[in-house]
Formats: sequence, structure tokens, C-alpha cells
Amino acid sequence: VSRRVVHPPRAEPDAALAANLHVAAGHWAAGRARVRASADWEAMRERGRAIREDAIRNLPELVDRLEASVTEAGGRVHRAATAEEACSRVVALCRERGATRAVKSKSMLTEEIGLGPALAAAGIDAVETDLGEYIVQAMGDRPSHLLAPAVHLSAGEVAEVFSRQSGRSLDAEDTRSLVDHARGVLRDRFLAAEVGISGVNLAVAETGTLILVESEGNIRLGTGLPRVHVAVMGIEKVIRDWSGAAHLMQLLPLAAHGVPAPASLSLVTGPARDGDDGPEELHLILVDDGRSSMRGTEYESALHCIRCGACLYACPVYRQIGGHAYGSTYSGPIGAVLTPALEHGAHGSEELAELSSLCGACAEACPVKIPLDRQLVSLRADAARRHPRPAERALFAAWARLWSRPAGYRASAATSGRALAPLWGRLARASRGAGWQARAPFPFSRWTEGRDVRAPDPEPFHARWRRRRG
Amino acid sequence: MRESRSPKRPLPQIPGFLISAQTACKQATFAPARGKRAAFSVALGRPVRVSLFVTCLVDLLQPGVGERTVALLERLGCDVDFPAGQTCCGQPAHNSGYPAEARRVAERFLDAFGPTEGPIVAPFGSCVHMVRHAHPRLFADDPRRAAMAAALGERTYDLATFVVEQLGRDAVGGRCPGAGETPVAYHHECHMLRGLGSAEPPLTLLRGVEGCRLVETERSDLCCGFGGTFALKLPDLSVAMADEKLDRARAAGAEAIVSTDAGCLMHLEGRARRRCLDLRVHHLVDLLEPEGRL
Repeated sequence: VSRRVVHPPRAEPDAALAANLHVAAGHWAAGRARVRASADWEAMRERGRAIREDAIRNLPELVDRLEASVTEAGGRVHRAATAEEACSRVVALCRERGATRAVKSKSMLTEEIGLGPALAAAGIDAVETDLGEYIVQAMGDRPSHLLAPAVHLSAGEVAEVFSRQSGRSLDAEDTRSLVDHARGVLRDRFLAAEVGISGVNLAVAETGTLILVESEGNIRLGTGLPRVHVAVMGIEKVIRDWSGAAHLMQLLPLAAHGVPAPASLSLVTGPARDGDDGPEELHLILVDDGRSSMRGTEYESALHCIRCGACLYACPVYRQIGGHAYGSTYSGPIGAVLTPALEHGAHGSEELAELSSLCGACAEACPVKIPLDRQLVSLRADAARRHPRPAERALFAAWARLWSRPAGYRASAATSGRALAPLWGRLARASRGAGWQARAPFPFSRWTEGRDVRAPDPEPFHARWRRRRG
Repeated sequence: MRESRSPKRPLPQIPGFLISAQTACKQATFAPARGKRAAFSVALGRPVRVSLFVTCLVDLLQPGVGERTVALLERLGCDVDFPAGQTCCGQPAHNSGYPAEARRVAERFLDAFGPTEGPIVAPFGSCVHMVRHAHPRLFADDPRRAAMAAALGERTYDLATFVVEQLGRDAVGGRCPGAGETPVAYHHECHMLRGLGSAEPPLTLLRGVEGCRLVETERSDLCCGFGGTFALKLPDLSVAMADEKLDRARAAGAEAIVSTDAGCLMHLEGRARRRCLDLRVHHLVDLLEPEGRL
């Protein structure tokens, strides 16, 4: 098990969880309907794809340029090839300043590299300040969605945790009181924090500007109040210029929530200058951790992802099982591609690609047109190659041998339809109407656990055609 | 041995075994629809020659769907040929991560349909998607076959898209029996909806069916959970997805679900039967029969 993969995927549908998710996904779907009805959504997606493709194709050059412009703006840039390097760099920055209290903004990258546990181990008290992330941290849980970490929870579950935390009885119906509780706790933490840690949504190479998108205002406080701002960023988040940034800043909220602008946008170019409010120091940690190695593979375009979460809400599998079932930091279709692609299939993480019916809803929802459905198919081929399943391979080999020849195909059809008819019949416990069976031989017994199955027709179409039309 | 019937050989004039007396196609003249360019109206009054790709699931499990597809095409003035060497598009192996095995079976498709000319029509959008979009990629290292696959893909159509967009027909008749109207939910087959971008053609044909009232279901774009081998590998998840689809259809008041994918249909009907739901499940072509099948 790797850092990114907590446990193997579990495809267990959970009705209560699904009910929570269907509400959130329903809001998303309503927003998407508005967006798709608007004029130039497809053209916007294509432009978004091109902007991101440019960034990843020219990644080394743009990362160098970003480093130069951040430095020029007065920030300090630290490059980390691995998660461990990134974490120890952040810990060292805190220690060098004698800092023990930090506030954190929501960042999937910090989840991926395990920054929270690393800070805790170093005795640095880092509190999550995004409401959903705060809830998840309070429960000792993990986020289950890229944007909405606590989307799997109901208000009742949140009220329970907050009541325990506050020693008061908080009412799930009164969501305002829940928010007020978190806000009260967090306000003191913001004021006391010595270091503010954030992720980065996008970084503009030409000016060294870090773009931070949020809806709660916690990032603004968390990166503005403390003396030191440490921004942790995957190198793939760089883009060339402001024209691209302006476009992606429209695309992201449209894809995520169906709204044309984010609730709050912070543009950070260097630390505070003389006389300004803001942090005295800005540190940018540039994390690679497998990203460079994805370039040039067929999964390169997964690096185009802008973490909008649309593919999660669009996915018919995610809505049944939720993010935790994937067992990896990144869940949903993008997680099922990104996780094995970053690790090149180490730890058998291609297994995540099985959590898809290949319906293509993810690729359709993606604002930068990542062909996630195609990549999921390729990952299955990688898995079959790297971790052979002999029985399955033999089955498909035999199938291909038979069905690549008309005679073999017709023989197998005749065998399953006619010769095996008594077997199908015997397996049928109850009469299910013409051609339907309640039980079937392996592997179709997996089918009949929850469904009746059609028995093969004794006279297939090709035989009927031949009999009647010669 | 050449399995495929020569495209040039005329089809024997058999009194339509699939065609009811009152609609028998008398090699009907092909009439392009008003205001639409019918792509295959090469010569007015001449039948359009169509090669049927019946697809393995329809062939083996629902041969009646294949027969009704032939009946419909003939009723619309097509001269239908069934290249005998066809088997499957290779999708089960492709989607399971066995491209070499998928390729062997895809080669069979090329061999069977290569010698044909004109449109290839299948009553199954997912297989058309496979032929159009996956076959050329499967042969990426074989330029001759890749070009052949691309050329075949371009003239392979799902039945509804072929009828509406290529033959230019808005309505082809069909009838739901019984008094009043039957509320019908249409289930968009994923690979037809998203892969082929064909949302409208099946709805267009359904609107022309007498006694059929199309009901709107919420999130009718959601996958039903069939997904080929997915349905066998993760049966609980697959069934949970079917339940959501079935429950939404029932909530919308539907008494029947109609689709174009024999896999989705078997999955949904198999689940509806197991749950003893009063919900019928039909292939689109069943409703386009002049007598009506419901």
C-alpha cells in the first residue's frame, strides 16, 4: 500500500451514502444543465484543453519561468522531487521560525503527500480551515471529494461531531449553529497562527502569481494573517500567462458549480511589500512526486486536470459508492486514472480502473476534455499485462480463437444455445417467462445473484437467416 | 473461404418472412424526407443496399430484434444483406484490457464487412461506437487495416441514426396496443448518447409511435450499470445502478423502458423481473413494428 492508496478499492454500494451524494450531484447536474445550454461551452472546453496542453507540453520551461518570476516578486521557491522532500521542507520552514501553530487551507496535494501527519509528527498543530475539511479532520476521516471533502456526511453526522467537540447539544436542523461553531473555533486559530499553509489552484508563469480559489474566505484569512505563507503546489498547476488564467478561472467554477465566477479569488504575487498588510514571507513548494514521469505516456493529459470535481459528480459509480470506496487520495474517474498513472501501476493501483462502467460521463463532463474513459480502458490493459490473471486471460484467448472464425462462433453459439439448453433449463428454478432464467452457470452466476438472465436463443439470428434466406 | 455474400449479388426475392402483409415492402421506392438531405438517396426510386451488423448479443440472445430490424429496413425501402462471416466487434475483450484478443475479433469484422459497399447498420449503438472509435486505434500499428477500419467506421450506423439522419425519416410508424397511451421512458444507451452523440434519433422515432407517450425521467443520461463485463465483475454495484434507473423510470410514471442496447435491456429487464416490477423493457425496434409489441 502506497501513500496515495490507503486500501484497495471496495465496490460496495451504500444506500445511505448514495442518498447524501445524490443530493450534491443533483445540484451539480442542475448547474451543468445551465452551462451546457449556454452558447459556447464546447468552444470553452476546447480552449481550456489547449491551455492545459500547452502547459504540460512545456512543463520544464514554464516551471523555470515560474520560479524566476516568483523569486523576482520576493518569494522563495523550493523544489521537491518527492512527497517526503516536500513535507520535510515545510516542517523545516516552520521549525526554523519556531512556529508551532499553523492554519491550513484545503489542498488535495497536501492530502496526497501526507503533509498533515508529517506536521503532527513534528509537533506542529495545523488545523484545517475549510469547513468540510475541518469536519473531516475533527472526525479523523479523509476527504471523499476533490472540492467537497465532507460530501459523504449528513448534517446529522456533523452535528454529532460538533456537539461532542463543543460540549453543547447542536441541532442538525440548525445548520447555522454548526457553521457558527466552526467559525468560532477557527477565528481564534487564524489570529494565533504563525504559518499559513495553502495549496495552489493555478500559478501564472509570466508574473509568478498564485491563484487561490475558494468559497468560504478561509484561504484569504489563512494566507493573509499569519507572518509566513507556505504554498504547496504540484508542478502541473503552472500555466503560461494571464490570458490562459482568465479563461481557466471561468471554466473552473462553471464546471464545478455551474456558476460563472468563484465566490472568492485570491491572487498572490510575492509577500507583502513595504507598508502593505500580508505575510512577510512567501514560500512556494513545487512538488513533482511522479508528475514528470507521466509526461510522454498516454496518461499525460490527466495532468491537465484542474480539480473541478465534475467527473466525480457525473460518474454513476461514484454516486453509488462515494469517494472513500476508491481507497486513494484522488477518487472518482480522475482518481482512478491519476493514481495508477502517477505510480505506474505500483501496488496494483490500476485496479481502480475497474470502478467504471465506461459510460463516458466523466470525459463528457471534463472542462479540459481529458479522455478519461479511454484512459480507463488502457489502464485495464496495463493491469492485465503487469498483474496477469491466468484464468481470465485463458478465457479471452479461447474466446478470441473461437470468435475470430465464423465456424468457431457458430459452433459456440450452437453449443451454448442448443446443446447446453438442458443445463440452462436445469439451473432454472422457477419459470421466468420465455427465455428467462433465475440461475446460470459460472461466470454468469455472478449476473444472476441480483438479476434474471436471458438464456441463449435455441435458434440465433444467423441460423434463422440462413434457414429462411439461404 | 470468403464468407461474405458478394454485395453485388441481388438478394433473392423472398416473400418477407419478417414483414407483415399490410406493410410488405414491395421493394418500395426510396423517398427522401422533406427538407432533409438523405445521404443514401443515390438514385431516387432505387432501394438502398444495407449490410446488417446484427451484433453478437442480438444474434445469440434476442434474434427477434435482428428480425425486426430487417423488417423495418425493408419496409423503408432498403435491400438488406447479412454478411455471413460476422461475429462480434470485440468490445468485451477490449474493455477488459485484452486488446490483442479484441483485435483478432475486430479483424473478423474487417474481413466480413470489408467487401461490402454502402451503409452498415446495427441495432446496437455500443457496437457501432466500438467499430467507429476503437477499431482504428486497435490497428494503430497496421496502416492498411487502420485505414480499412476507419473507412468501415465511417459507414457504420446505429439503426435509429441511420433511419433518421441517413434515410431522412422522421417517423416510421409503430403502435403501442391497448386503450389510451402507454407512458414510456427512454433509456439513453451511454455509447450512443456520448460516444456517437446520438441523443435525438431514437426519440424522434419514438415520438412517431402511436399510443406511446414519452415521459421525462430525471437524469436519463445516467448509466444503467450494465457496462459489459462490469456487470459480472461488480454485480452489486451494477445492480444498484440498475435500481436507480428503474426507480427513476417508475417515479416518472413509466410503464415501459425503451432503449437500443441489448445489454442494457437484458440488465434492466433481468433486474425488473427479479424485483417483480410491473415495468416492461423493450428494444426501440419492437415499438416500430406496425402491429406494436407492447
